[in-house]
Amino acid sequence: MFFAWPVVALVLRGFVADGAVDLGGFADVLSRPRTWRLVGLTLAQAGLGTVFSVLLGLPLAYVLYRRSFPGRGLVRGLVTVPFVLPTVVVGVAFRTLFVDDGLLGFLQLEETLAAIVVALVFFNVSVVTRTVGGLWERLDPRAEQAAAALGAGPWRVLRTVTLPSLGPAIASAASVVFLFCATAFGVVLVLGGVRYGTVETEIWVRTTQFLDLRSAAVLSVLQLLVITGALVASARARARQEAALALVGDRAPAAPLSWRSPGDVAAVLAAALVVGGLILVPLAGLVLRSFRGPGGGWGLENYVALGTTGGRNALVVTVWEAAGNSLRTAALATALALVVGGLVALVVSRRPRAATARRAVTLLDGLFMLPLGVSAVTVGFGFFITLDQPLGLPVDLRTSGLLVPIAQAVVAVPLVVRTVLPVLRAVDPRLREVAGVLGSSPGRVLRTVDLPLAARSLGLATGFAFAVSLGEFGATSFLARPDAATLPVVIFRLIGRPGPENYGMALAASVVLAVLTATVMMLAERLRGDRAGGEL
Amino acid sequence: MKPAPGVVLAGALVTALAACSGGGPGEAGAGDGDPGTVTLVTHDSFALSEGLLEAFEAESGYTVKTVATGDAGTLVNQLVLTKGSPLGDVVFGIDNTFASRALEADVLAPYTPGTLPDGAEQLGDGALTPVDQGDVCINADLTWFEEKGLPLPVSLEDLAKPEYKDLLVVTNPATSSPGLAFLLTTIGGYGTDGFEAYWQSLVDNGVKVVDSWEDAYYVDFSAVEGGSRPLVLSYATSPAFTVTEDGSETTTGALLDTCFRQVEYAGVLAGTDNEAGAQALVDFLLSAEVQADVPTSMYMYPADPSVELPEEWTKFAPLAPKPFTADPAEVAEHREEWIEQWTAVVVG
Repeated sequence: MFFAWPVVALVLRGFVADGAVDLGGFADVLSRPRTWRLVGLTLAQAGLGTVFSVLLGLPLAYVLYRRSFPGRGLVRGLVTVPFVLPTVVVGVAFRTLFVDDGLLGFLQLEETLAAIVVALVFFNVSVVTRTVGGLWERLDPRAEQAAAALGAGPWRVLRTVTLPSLGPAIASAASVVFLFCATAFGVVLVLGGVRYGTVETEIWVRTTQFLDLRSAAVLSVLQLLVITGALVASARARARQEAALALVGDRAPAAPLSWRSPGDVAAVLAAALVVGGLILVPLAGLVLRSFRGPGGGWGLENYVALGTTGGRNALVVTVWEAAGNSLRTAALATALALVVGGLVALVVSRRPRAATARRAVTLLDGLFMLPLGVSAVTVGFGFFITLDQPLGLPVDLRTSGLLVPIAQAVVAVPLVVRTVLPVLRAVDPRLREVAGVLGSSPGRVLRTVDLPLAARSLGLATGFAFAVSLGEFGATSFLARPDAATLPVVIFRLIGRPGPENYGMALAASVVLAVLTATVMMLAERLRGDRAGGEL
Repeated sequence: MKPAPGVVLAGALVTALAACSGGGPGEAGAGDGDPGTVTLVTHDSFALSEGLLEAFEAESGYTVKTVATGDAGTLVNQLVLTKGSPLGDVVFGIDNTFASRALEADVLAPYTPGTLPDGAEQLGDGALTPVDQGDVCINADLTWFEEKGLPLPVSLEDLAKPEYKDLLVVTNPATSSPGLAFLLTTIGGYGTDGFEAYWQSLVDNGVKVVDSWEDAYYVDFSAVEGGSRPLVLSYATSPAFTVTEDGSETTTGALLDTCFRQVEYAGVLAGTDNEAGAQALVDFLLSAEVQADVPTSMYMYPADPSVELPEEWTKFAPLAPKPFTADPAEVAEHREEWIEQWTAVVVG
């Protein structure tokens, strides 16, 4: 209702002209060479972004979830930070590196596909690391140990035992990342310059600038087809690999990093490259700059200014108030996303015997992924034409402010599902059957079998949903009221104003958002730690 | 298909939330008949100094609710799409490049305030009332030009001259409103059949096009964060923000012969059930207090020319004496075509 109806309503408007259905837009838009170039670019950047996120995310997942070392919690938190940073800020940070006289100017990356892909990986590598890591740390190590005992080398164990077990989680993460990349908007505009565009940016321009709903509707349908294709492919890949895995309730004890194991060394090197080169360099530039005051001196001036409404009243609320708004909204959105996402994951994790029921379950699974793949502009504009009287209720949701957490939850639900689902699916159905045979009611089976195993992934999902809500900008910027602006909205506004005070504050506010996110993520980890053990 | 349990639950949850958060049916929102509430629909740059709106509320008895829905283009499009079930009672922030779209769609009810300042012209037979104005101009890094001993460019022609090669950065008219304003400047200067040739000469002279104002100003412009280009597309007001610490001079300046005049309008939304409140709010936007606050909180010049401007504005950031303008109807009709022509020349 909060997703499908607005989107369908807006798309339908594009196809109805003067009271008659007009599908001429298809022929028109599809015959433009530009359209096909955009589709090609969308697929290319999303495909490359996904492949590199997976390749770089896996070693990181291994180091962070399978090995222990001092400061691991901190690094885990840090890795999530890019995921929530506003694209405007990241765009400026990356462009500062990429311009001719920038730190990485010699790479000649400005306005290239490579620049876009690097930024996409920056944003999305944590999705892979967390989703895969969540399953990896609970894989029963005995299968690997057995293979090793039988003489398999570490690479062979990885290839024949570990990776196939992780398959579902990898496919899961990859499909989420693909959707994020395919609908990436700010990054493409800022780093791609005028030469690059995607279906998403074209929908945005057509809708917000030209009010050309006819073309936008055709493009939305096209986008939907691309996304559905990707989801079907990913579901196939998962279905082939998904099998009940031997999971351990507690996290498998993580071995300390060993410098003698060549596998560990390789993984650490790869992980260090990702964390150091891809995440730390742009972040460090950002943090460093945030400490340079408007006068050019170093200090906390920008942070002190966060208690104000900016140079010459750039804002309606102070940055701290906006941070409060962000936390409140995110808490509500997280609660919504957990309830809805948890239930969806539970339903989807079942494998009914009847073929039709099985198909319905797969369909439901895909349906809840779609919000990630549909343009925020389409959803945002759709809200405005549909929610003046939702379900006939006399509540004008459009201006109530409640839409913000709802919109954020819509984006967070697929992540919750994707995080919890691989774990639930991996629960050996025999465990449930045994419990049933021993006389447990279905509710009790759920409580004693599924819940304890899923609890840890729920913790992870909570952190993720919270992070998504904190960082969500696209839909929020459409819906947030100025007196209830969230942090990303405030940052966008500050950086859109001249004056060194405002620029400095925008960066300082981004650092606050980053610290907030890292803290929330670390707390979510801690929460899981406390609950570990006990029931099983 | 039967709705998934999650969906039903979420729906129920939301309804419950809505029920708790509203005080009763009167609170329900925009077009809902509470005579005491005026809902102002505006864009994300709207702001007034603290206390002003509260003073209006105290004086008039209305409660003001503000809804900001994105940038100026987004705002107008949403008004057009929600015609018949308006988002609120009154709108502020429709500019002269989008005005025609709103006028053609008949989303506004005419209203002429008694306090309309001299020289402020309404659009569409009283549908839109001007509230503030500003210029989009090329800005120059004065220090850079002084150090190089190069005279400042003055006109549009100068920007295409070889001595200013590779110095200019502008923004994309398809995605940024100053970018569109500058495209309209060049159409004003060279006509609809000459602007493409002019842009070709800019391209040959190494103009750089980036996505947004913040990119151009904070990454590429040499005067602010140390970029490499000393000429940037920005606003006539921007030099007021680069004044030196002693306040005696500014390090950047606007080239006043390269400016496009933007005007922002307010209007009563057709279909409002609080027309009196909406009109009172338009009056309020033209009041001396708000007009005097416009430079500080919205970085624009007031529509009322008698209002006193901040000192650094009169000194360092004057309005252009003869800015380029455009007929809103022309812009509405040709916007897409012009941007496509521009894209063909600049992007290829």
